[in-house]
Amino acid sequence: MEATHAIDHDHGHGHPTGLMRWVTTTNHKDIGTLYLWFSFIMLLTGGTLALLIRAELFQPGMQIMRPEFFNSLTTMHGLIMVFGAIMPAFVGFANWQVPMMIGAPDMAFPRMNNWSFWLLPVAASLLVGSFFVPGGASAGGWTMYAPLFLQGGISNDMTIFAVHILGISSIMGAINIVTTILNLRAPGMTLMKMPLFVWTWLITAYLLIAVMPVLAGAVTMLLTDRHFGTSFFNAAGGGDPVMFQHIFWFFGHPEVYIMILPAFGIISQIIPTFARKPLFGYASMVYATSSIAILSFIVWAHHMFTTGLPTAAQLFFMYATMLIAIPTGVKVFNWIATMWKGSMTFETPMLFAIAFVCLFTIGGFSGLVLAITPVDIQLQDTYYVVAHFHYVLVSGALYSIFAGVYFWLPKWTGNMYDEKLGKLHFWMSTIFFNILFFPMHFLGLAGMPRRIPDYALQFADWNMVATIGAFGFGLSQLILLVVVLKCIKGGVKAEGRAWEGADTLEWTHLPSPAPYHTFETPPTVK
Amino acid sequence: MISKMRSLGLGWGVSLMSMAAWAEESKYNLPTPQSVVASEIFNLHVLIMWVCVAIFVVVFGVMFYSIWKHRKSVGHKAAHFHENTQIEIIWTVIPFAILIAMAIPASKTILNMRDASNPDMTVKVVAYQWKWEYEYPAEGIKFLSNLSTPRDQIEGTAPKGEHYLLEVDNPLVVPVGKKVRLLLTANDVIHAWSVQAFGIKQDAIPGFIKDAWFKADKPGTYRGQCSELCGKDHGFMPIVVEVKTQEDYDKWMAEQKAKSAAVTMDPNKTYSADELKAHGAKVYAANCAACHQADGKGLPPAFPALAGSKIATGDKAAHINIVMNGKPNTAMAAFGKQLNDVDVAAVITYERNSFGNATGDMVQPADIKALRK
Repeated sequence: MEATHAIDHDHGHGHPTGLMRWVTTTNHKDIGTLYLWFSFIMLLTGGTLALLIRAELFQPGMQIMRPEFFNSLTTMHGLIMVFGAIMPAFVGFANWQVPMMIGAPDMAFPRMNNWSFWLLPVAASLLVGSFFVPGGASAGGWTMYAPLFLQGGISNDMTIFAVHILGISSIMGAINIVTTILNLRAPGMTLMKMPLFVWTWLITAYLLIAVMPVLAGAVTMLLTDRHFGTSFFNAAGGGDPVMFQHIFWFFGHPEVYIMILPAFGIISQIIPTFARKPLFGYASMVYATSSIAILSFIVWAHHMFTTGLPTAAQLFFMYATMLIAIPTGVKVFNWIATMWKGSMTFETPMLFAIAFVCLFTIGGFSGLVLAITPVDIQLQDTYYVVAHFHYVLVSGALYSIFAGVYFWLPKWTGNMYDEKLGKLHFWMSTIFFNILFFPMHFLGLAGMPRRIPDYALQFADWNMVATIGAFGFGLSQLILLVVVLKCIKGGVKAEGRAWEGADTLEWTHLPSPAPYHTFETPPTVK
Repeated sequence: MISKMRSLGLGWGVSLMSMAAWAEESKYNLPTPQSVVASEIFNLHVLIMWVCVAIFVVVFGVMFYSIWKHRKSVGHKAAHFHENTQIEIIWTVIPFAILIAMAIPASKTILNMRDASNPDMTVKVVAYQWKWEYEYPAEGIKFLSNLSTPRDQIEGTAPKGEHYLLEVDNPLVVPVGKKVRLLLTANDVIHAWSVQAFGIKQDAIPGFIKDAWFKADKPGTYRGQCSELCGKDHGFMPIVVEVKTQEDYDKWMAEQKAKSAAVTMDPNKTYSADELKAHGAKVYAANCAACHQADGKGLPPAFPALAGSKIATGDKAAHINIVMNGKPNTAMAAFGKQLNDVDVAAVITYERNSFGNATGDMVQPADIKALRK
């Protein structure tokens, strides 16, 4: 940080060093770094659980675990990946990038920012720790469906509290992001001049504020049903088990977009940069993102087609769900039109971005197949659904995170990452990803239910293939760790504008690495 | 993309072959449909799949062309166009039209599959952790359907049979060509009754009765699995439906009636301890052993041991109470609803005098009968 001293305005009451620097920090860059490392640790944790799942499923028969433990693994894999890996990673990007991209000195509420982050390790300890309590970790699925979730031991209560804490963290983070974007933009930066990443995060933050309290309500009702004699979801006491699903998915579907809209934002920064051509339809991208966010509130029951909804509801939710294909299509067309007649180069961020567009679209198509109610009836709760949401969450959300990390590493560390290793990471990930998840479409069509620890013999071949893919994909992620550590330690010095086509403020106005404090005097945007 | 197309082609080919009277289940596609609804769904899926493939090929054909031609390394200079209202309207309207074309047949199928009116017969399906109960209300027949794959096949100490995990002791039996309406509910948590060949997947939900229907095209054995996570043995509660000709079905039904008349034990009789224990052992194996284990040692702490437990060696009334009424918020179900007086009395007697428990006392069906009043 020596080089940045010239613009370091701490005026003698310097900041702590060592561990206390990270515990007490209110700096958006430090907090962004914390979020990203936390997310990576959770990715490896959740990934390890996934590898245990795949190891058990390598062959038919129960080989290495009991069914209860298998259920704990699937439950915790889901919760840890959604709340521990994907969401915090995007908040980490928001922390690092939003202030720099809008010309703000920091986030609007720096102390709250610190608190939003430090709640996460607490929640993660509750989740991971629940593996070691009597009865083992929660085994009712990440969706926590009642009445199954009413059964089970103290680990379910730990999960409920962990979800509460994660919710508080997300809401605070979201409020911080909204306030920062609405109040701290540099003079001249109107809303319609904001980089698309900032736009997608603004919309995402509103989604978070709208639905995290709904989830908190749902799990609180689970808690009171479990311990305080209420019967919200207990049919014997006059409750309604299906109501849990309505409430959960009213949170759950917007949650899906919470995990993909910032990804759209990152991809919309990267493709124009490496195509050296402006985004084809900026305004239509903003409107498409907003439409997706609004539609996300009226499609929740497509997760519940097999509960026996009234016919009219099945029709309505099918039509509403199909509509999502339109703004999503607009986005894909826009990215391709941006690439059209560009002058493209294919560094690692661009490779991940192109793979994102391609593979996310496969996930989008399987989403369209699942939107068709009668087809969904055949595929609901089978591996087809598992394939679908991993295509949108791994080759979608996670790929955008990889792309973003490679894209901004030069700005964060001041060094270029190792391009060869980056490309190796890309190709290994992409090949093994498809070996892992593509066969799951077949398994689902052939009727293999999800969340089962053992399966009929006709599913054996594809499960074996998927397990091989899983270990390849999992181990490939260690390459990312090597690349990042190597890049932090040194490498070719990055220029302020490390990418030729980059045109947002962090590239045009700031050196690499970005100083500890930036934009204390706001830039003027034409 | 190439792998996707190839595998789709493969899936299509295999499904065609299976259409050509191939009884074996496909590894790539939905099973051969065996009912009108399932065929409609099958065709719907094929249609949508090909529309998706076509769009994918066109859109990503353009993208890969661009990647090939418009790269810096071949000296392509970037154009600077952006925004074009005409194109943007086109790529909004065309997908909309395609969606409408998909929605029409899909809506028709929904209306058809939801119309469970005027059935030829009705079967009530009750889901338990982890078995199914089928009841033919018009015939007064009721039986449980449990996984019949032996433990040693699951644990890998015996070779796995052809229908590993997809076989049951008592399948649901229905006549061919008759509209069968299912009324589904569950006793403990949510389960889902699913047989893809008939295009059915319906959750069985405690406190609700949901319906579904199918009309099987031809006799045969059709298999499915519970499709909603329902706890420990979710993967071990298969569904088997045997479709018989009307003649065979009638014969089967007559046998069932005769069997149930012969098997029913007289609830008014006083039984000896050995009689109760012998019957109790069977009831235990079918209903209790999944959690409390065959040796009564359970899987603590989620599934407590009965061997030496306070309840199974203590006060008889408390023991009867927990078996009859279950324990809230645990997997311990209220077996009073599932089992008759003889079964309950027998299984309690068995539990109190097995696994090293030696209370020496017994419960008679009359005791249970008295409690039910």
